[in-house]
Amino acid sequence: MKNRIVYYLLVIFFIFVFVIFYRGLNNSNLYTPNTNIKIVPEFTSETLLKKKSVDSKDIFNKEDYYLLNIWASWCIPCKDEHPFLVNLGNSKRIEIIGLNYKDNLNNAEKFINELGNPYSTILLDRDGTKAIEWGAFGVPETFLIYKNKIIKRYIGPLNSNLVNEINNYIK
Amino acid sequence: MNFFKFFILILIVFTFNLSKADEIQLQNKITKNLRCLICQGQSVYDSDSEFAISLKLVVKNKIEKGLNEKQIYEFLTEKYGEWILYDPQLNKNTYFLWFLPLLIFLFGGAIIIKKLVIIKK
Repeated sequence: MKNRIVYYLLVIFFIFVFVIFYRGLNNSNLYTPNTNIKIVPEFTSETLLKKKSVDSKDIFNKEDYYLLNIWASWCIPCKDEHPFLVNLGNSKRIEIIGLNYKDNLNNAEKFINELGNPYSTILLDRDGTKAIEWGAFGVPETFLIYKNKIIKRYIGPLNSNLVNEINNYIK
Repeated sequence: MNFFKFFILILIVFTFNLSKADEIQLQNKITKNLRCLICQGQSVYDSDSEFAISLKLVVKNKIEKGLNEKQIYEFLTEKYGEWILYDPQLNKNTYFLWFLPLLIFLFGGAIIIKKLVIIKK
């Protein structure tokens, strides 16, 4: 009698473990953080090209859509996503702000001259600390901002699906 | 006399080092408890990735600004979520995690006591 109870308990235990692990198989193993940053962080930053210091309040000042793109000239995926940004920038429906991450300024300027400049302002982050204020992991990373709130973040390069998603937002 | 002055100078330099040493110690303590989110199984302290280098710098700046350990953890969990801390905080998501070992311990104790009672009989 006692053996039977142990047997059933064991079977139930193994089924329980199996179900948990089986469900775990379907979970994505890419960790996307549950961050609480909903509002654009405040900062002042140097800019590339224009060589002046700007305040975040002066950039995200309109009640409109903005795209903040973190990029660097040494980042290969950034090159891949750049044409999408140029297209988005040409459509004039959204203002794209660049955040140049830990880059050599000459290389960054070359990158922009070669591939086009979709950004209205390019902020400089020489030591990577500003990207951390945004809760970013690295390059490339893109934030969609509406009315001073971050409504969507894309970790990794943009592709045509994600660009369509952005277009749906700003329509 | 000159030697004496030199000695004092060296003493002063070393005291400066000590006052900085506390900060570095705190910085190391904090970064050892931070998960490097883009590395696999490394703490921020151990890693030399771009992300970890920047994060070490942020922690250093925050210490210099006068924030204490808890405030820095709060700042980083706000940015990156609980996952960045190796030492999870006690809240409703982690009750199970914190109390499971205790439950297992009590359960084991109960089994042992039961066995002992049987043996005594």
